Amino acid sequence: MWLPVLGLLIGIIIGFRAPSLPQAYAQYMSVAVLAAMDSVFGGIRAAMEKKFDDTIFITGFFSNVLLAAGLAYIGERVGVALYTAAIFAFGVRIFQNLAIIRRHILKK
Amino acid sequence: MNRGRISIAVVLFFLGMMVAVQFRSTQKLQQNTPIARAQELTTRLKEVKEERDTLLAEVKDLRNKLDEAGAGKRGANKALRDELDKARMQAGTVSANGPGVQVTLNDSPKELNPGEDPNLYILHEEDLLKVINELRAGGAEAISINGQRLLATSEIRCAGNTILVNTKKIVPPVVILATGDPDALKSGLEIKGGIFEQLQFWGLVAEVKKMDNVVVPAFSGPVTFNYSKPAKEGE
Repeated sequence: MWLPVLGLLIGIIIGFRAPSLPQAYAQYMSVAVLAAMDSVFGGIRAAMEKKFDDTIFITGFFSNVLLAAGLAYIGERVGVALYTAAIFAFGVRIFQNLAIIRRHILKK
Repeated sequence: MNRGRISIAVVLFFLGMMVAVQFRSTQKLQQNTPIARAQELTTRLKEVKEERDTLLAEVKDLRNKLDEAGAGKRGANKALRDELDKARMQAGTVSANGPGVQVTLNDSPKELNPGEDPNLYILHEEDLLKVINELRAGGAEAISINGQRLLATSEIRCAGNTILVNTKKIVPPVVILATGDPDALKSGLEIKGGIFEQLQFWGLVAEVKKMDNVVVPAFSGPVTFNYSKPAKEGE
């Protein structure tokens, strides 16, 4: 259990020390953060359903993050607010996953 | 299961990093003053600085005069005369010269087709007003229209088929002389979508020439105040 927590702590520390992001990229980053959170909650849910597969988890995390940021970037270029689609999709899924996780915890 | 732990750790590491970076950049975003506000403040600062410099110069000028006045009768006379000259210059009762522009306006030389409204192709007092307004906005110090010096009390008015300035008739071609920064005055008139473009759209003649030295004549008539007298401070 200590290894994931250690990873999170190190990540947060590095994030606070790292040179800050230009403001122009803040929007992409926000969508990417949302995608990452979605993946993590999805992973927790999968673990509770005993279906957790680390390859799917790790590839899903990175592809979601990159896709979300890429979508936001393309949307910006084309003039369509595509990042709202990403926010909507990930937001809905995060809440769904949370609801399922809650049920699993309550059932125990 | 150990491999699973490591992958979770890696993912959480990236998540933590991203959240922290995002957290910080959002915080910075809120602290930054909006750019428009910064620009506004810069302009305001410039204005206030200019105002301060003018006031400082005036303080120095007045102090010098006070010293001269204190030095004796002759000095007092000189100080008084200087102050009077300044007031005259401000009132427009002495002719002024310096760099400036010469603006020429005239009716449209176009031959009218039958049925066309001639009003569209002649110079109106409104056009004159707009040109004068633009010159003043560009920092013109002394202005005359066909030899009539514009004072604070001058009117530009349509009367029948002529234009009156200082109750004198103005007949096209209208020549406006103005002292001031020639570049600023010229570009103010010729700005895109500005007054010259409007006038030229109707075929009116509108030209501006930068001059090294223009002589703006003094106001020739009397300036009388029948109804007003200076109000004392605080009254």
